[in-house]
Amino acid sequence: MLRYIAKRMVFAIPTLFAVSIVAFIIIQLPPGDYLTTLMADWASQGGAVEAGTVAAMRDRYGLDQPIYFQYYKWIAGILTRGDFGISFDFGKPVTELIWNRLGFSLLLSVLTLCFVWAIAIPIGILSAVRQYSISDYTATFLAFFFLAVPDFLMALSAMYIMSAWFGQSVGGLFSAEYVDVSWSLGKLIDFAQHVWLPVVVIGLGSLAALVRIMRANLLDELSKPYVTTARAKGMSEFELLLRYPVRLALNPLISTIGWILPAVISGEIIVSVVMSLPTTGPLLLRSLLAQDMYLAGSLILLISVLTIIGTLISDILLAITDPRIRLQ
Amino acid sequence: MTDITSLPPETTTTLDLHSRDMAVAGQWRLFWLKFKKHKIALASLVVIVFMYLVAAFADFIAPLDPNTANSRFTYAPPQGLSLMLNGSFQPHVNQLKMTLNTESMRREFTSDPTKPLPVSFFVPAPQPYYLLGFIPMQTKLFGLTNPKPGDSIYIFGADRLGRDIFSRVVHGAKVSLSIGLVGVFVSLILGVTIGGISGFFGGWIDTVIQRFIELLRSIPTIPLWMGFAAAIPTSWPPLRTYFVITLIVSLIGWTSLAREVRGKFLSLRNEDFVTAARLDGMSEIGIIFHHLVPSFISHIIATLTLAIPSMILAETALSFLGIGLQPPIVSWGVLLQEAQNIRAVAQAPWLLFTPATAIVISVLSLNFLGDGLRDAADPYESVS
Amino acid sequence: MTIMKDTILEVRELRTVFPTRTGIFKAVDGVSFELKRGKTLCVVGESGSGKSVTARSILQIVDRPGRIEGGSVLLTRADGSTTDLAKLEPRGREIRDVRGKEIAMIFQEPMSSLSPVHRIGTQIGESLRIHFGTPKHEQRERVLELLRQVEIPHPETAIDRYTFEFSGGMRQRVMIAMALACNPSVLIADEPTTALDVTTQAEILDLIKKLQQNHGMAVLFITHDMGVVAEIADEVLVMYRGKVMERGPVEQIFHAPQDAYTHRLIDSVVRLEKKAELRLARPAIPEGTAPLLDVRNLSLTFPSGLKAVDDVSLTVRPGETLGIVGESGSGKTTMGRCLLRIYDPQAGTIDYRRPDGHMVDIRTADKAALKKIRSEVRMIFQDPVGSLSPRKTVGQIIAEPLKIAGMKGRELNDRVADLMQQVGLEPAWRERYPHAFSGGQRQRIGIARAIALKPRLIVADEATSALDVSLRSQMLDLMMKLQDELGLSYVFISHDMSVIRYMCDRVAVMYRGKIVEVGETDQVVNEPAHDYTRALLSAIPHPDPHNRRIHNRFRYKAGRTA
Repeated sequence: MLRYIAKRMVFAIPTLFAVSIVAFIIIQLPPGDYLTTLMADWASQGGAVEAGTVAAMRDRYGLDQPIYFQYYKWIAGILTRGDFGISFDFGKPVTELIWNRLGFSLLLSVLTLCFVWAIAIPIGILSAVRQYSISDYTATFLAFFFLAVPDFLMALSAMYIMSAWFGQSVGGLFSAEYVDVSWSLGKLIDFAQHVWLPVVVIGLGSLAALVRIMRANLLDELSKPYVTTARAKGMSEFELLLRYPVRLALNPLISTIGWILPAVISGEIIVSVVMSLPTTGPLLLRSLLAQDMYLAGSLILLISVLTIIGTLISDILLAITDPRIRLQ
Repeated sequence: MTDITSLPPETTTTLDLHSRDMAVAGQWRLFWLKFKKHKIALASLVVIVFMYLVAAFADFIAPLDPNTANSRFTYAPPQGLSLMLNGSFQPHVNQLKMTLNTESMRREFTSDPTKPLPVSFFVPAPQPYYLLGFIPMQTKLFGLTNPKPGDSIYIFGADRLGRDIFSRVVHGAKVSLSIGLVGVFVSLILGVTIGGISGFFGGWIDTVIQRFIELLRSIPTIPLWMGFAAAIPTSWPPLRTYFVITLIVSLIGWTSLAREVRGKFLSLRNEDFVTAARLDGMSEIGIIFHHLVPSFISHIIATLTLAIPSMILAETALSFLGIGLQPPIVSWGVLLQEAQNIRAVAQAPWLLFTPATAIVISVLSLNFLGDGLRDAADPYESVS
Repeated sequence: MTIMKDTILEVRELRTVFPTRTGIFKAVDGVSFELKRGKTLCVVGESGSGKSVTARSILQIVDRPGRIEGGSVLLTRADGSTTDLAKLEPRGREIRDVRGKEIAMIFQEPMSSLSPVHRIGTQIGESLRIHFGTPKHEQRERVLELLRQVEIPHPETAIDRYTFEFSGGMRQRVMIAMALACNPSVLIADEPTTALDVTTQAEILDLIKKLQQNHGMAVLFITHDMGVVAEIADEVLVMYRGKVMERGPVEQIFHAPQDAYTHRLIDSVVRLEKKAELRLARPAIPEGTAPLLDVRNLSLTFPSGLKAVDDVSLTVRPGETLGIVGESGSGKTTMGRCLLRIYDPQAGTIDYRRPDGHMVDIRTADKAALKKIRSEVRMIFQDPVGSLSPRKTVGQIIAEPLKIAGMKGRELNDRVADLMQQVGLEPAWRERYPHAFSGGQRQRIGIARAIALKPRLIVADEATSALDVSLRSQMLDLMMKLQDELGLSYVFISHDMSVIRYMCDRVAVMYRGKIVEVGETDQVVNEPAHDYTRALLSAIPHPDPHNRRIHNRFRYKAGRTA
């Protein structure tokens, strides 16, 4: 088991490395280097740039060096000092801007995952066990419908419905009076009142997908001979269902975290933009539109790293629940 | 996310391959017979063909130019299109009466049933245009019979600048639907080449390619697309932007195709009938084209169909965020960008729901269609 | 009076049906029999005879949409009370109390019939919990005792392991332990040894017999193998298309069958018990004939480190059939594929004599030479489904090697028609696709493809094992007819000794990648020199109830795992 986990972790390293390269490429994509942009920016605001500052910064990011050296400087800064560079749009180090928002992104994604799982599994089971019934057809139709509606459209429609039918304006994760105060019971309740809608909106697409998978998995398992074996033992149908086919159908479901998580994070970003939530989404969009590349690159890097860690956790979970993976 | 849908179960039936007339039925006939049993997929095929026809003949179908503004009709509501008037067939729209609400300082429109404006088919076009880019045309499919200043035909309403939503959605279909097709074509080339190499050679080449695909799939797509799309200079001409956006959205799409191709290659490579062909003295190229390709082409068609919706959704999302296609290009995503402001939507819901309906219908139909194709892709699976 | 008491289960006019689109399919159509304490009833029939559905109907665990339509299943308990199981609600409490407690069942596929993610101890102990509410620690004690009874080594560690950590034979033992947990009075065994090798099968049959004697159970044994029937049955029920063809004591079924179908069935089995008449009549190949194929020290190790073929040497003379016999995992298929360079062996030589008398080493032959050799040395595959492309017509499949060899037009058409006739297929069927043919017909298509280029040697890999027993001898007869007509040599690979004996001149016995014995078929079968061969031969069930022998078989111990 430990060997399996260790092996998985070692496998994640090249992935992390590759992700960092992708993020670095994105940083380098816009024409001109970062300092030129920065100076143009400052000059437009009427500020003068001291030659010494420029030289110091060139040295810090290795801008006169070959590209791989720049990458080395950049990644070494992150790994050794936690230095993600400077956002010139905000004029602050990137680290000051991202952690809080990254935290909310993570929280929102985890909440969405929990929501998706908690709802999808029972519906999937019902759909499979009552195959060809009205509830199965309804679930199937809704699943197809929600798979066809993009996240942001869902967000816009939800906001429209909330405002047009219930007269509520939707946006943010807190009411104005709670934004800057520290956590309390009141803030928590306020948070819960705000957070459910984004969670549902982000989750519906993945929920639909997961219901379909759970249904298909369970239908596969229901026809397996071990079900007959258990039935021949005299087990009741309900106990049998939960103890054997459902238990086995959950294993492939766990491995879907590997792609549900990226989907949820993607959805979270775009929904956050629409609903102006204090997460990475709006910040990423703003930084990209302003070509604030160190900020954008750092966000993309960290979001991807989070996803890879999530996938790693799902792999380990799968090994815990499935002895075939653990022992072979 | 395209590999998880599947059709409602009542339609998944197997063919009775032992019956007499099936004895001489080849793969495509069996494919079609099996596909035909999925009624929803069949209906979706009709819808999809219709939508692509609309996109191809957009200039002919849209009554107005999608970018012509008319400040008189800011946020004009949908006028609809009525076919019957006083019990007889007379297509018409009702004239809009505009009043100024002095409280909110907004223009308000009301439909006036007493002033029907007759609508005819094959009316002269406001300006001559080229159908499909090369056929000179002077006629539109429909329009007001006698347009007078102050008359309007906004069957799905107008936007902030008084542009016709219907015409914009029809023209948007051109871009949005074609991005799906072109993107899938790029994916096809990338996927088949890379997946084929991976599956055919196996070994370390396969491992490297598979790791790479896993890597691409583990990165959340939206931030990645955003990162690449944002780097497109705004000064680029629309066509170039269009092409690069297509490339970006197919960046991920090819991976599922490559996996499919590789999986098929790997499983087919060890099939006895392939070994038999090799023993018959057939060359590797011959085996690929005589045995492997015919065996997985139907699966590829299904996977491709299922990949189109994700491309459409990707373009829509990027354009919606303002980092994809930019006006004056008209695409469904660009249309939705104007619906980003929830106040505007509250005032004119048609801004949101018209393009949204177009997207949902096309994606839904493509998913159903792809699903039916996938189920029919292997008509032999029930044979033992 | 005593008869009444001995009958535990009485099935009367049982009818089980499956509603289908086109109507109602009668899987079991009026079946009656009795099960007696301590006795074994074998239900025998070919695929689709309804034997398995009969077994499942007793416990009402027929797969949906099947249902029992009529008849009764009377269970008599030790206290004299009786219940009609067919009248019980299939999901209800009463039938569940019978399942696993009074009537237990074991299945064909021990791997898929057990859950892969639950420990075997949990799965065995479960019936105790369900029926007696036995607490955990007592369950464990009882499970250990059961594991000892079914002779699983190291029960203390085995109890916490998973099914995939066991071999096929051990898994079936686990199934049996599970069935025995509540001391049932009836054991239903649904083809429990079909997926196992003969030596493992013999062990499992032994075990069931022993446990039956100890527990006094009645056993209902479902099988398609007449040999197994002869070895273990007291009474036999012959089924065909849902109906009982004949029912009676085992001696009657084998030695005085009343029914025509039973007669045919027994005949086709007995036919394979001796050498084919075609071969008895043929003059022997003269001593000292130069070999057509001369394999020396052939070895192949897979990347996983498995030595699949280990220093194999053999010869094939012109016109001869060399049998290769071995159990699963013996490397016989891999070896056969090496002969055609489908796999690349790492060491040894495969010397093949060309028609001009020239010797070529297939192992090191270059591409051009290999192409020539492959038109003279051909292959027949085991799987009649997988070896024919479903997307080509039969005509195209047979024509493929000819076309590659450059034949076309009329000549090609005529040749394909000739070939189809030669293997017993209507030339008019050439436009049909493989899906329109039965298993036996497909195998004929494969044979036609193999002989299309007038080869000299054919490697036939388990060519008859996918076919029902009644078709097997037909296929072998066809192959021998072609051998005589075309002067062919065969390398005939099989796990089935009777097929080998029927048609092979000489036989090589493979075990774990090595050839342990090679010689004239008669000699190897009657006076095996190697212990493994003796064990293999003595484990084969013999279709003669007067001559039961697998219980006194010879056991070969070379670090056996199963």
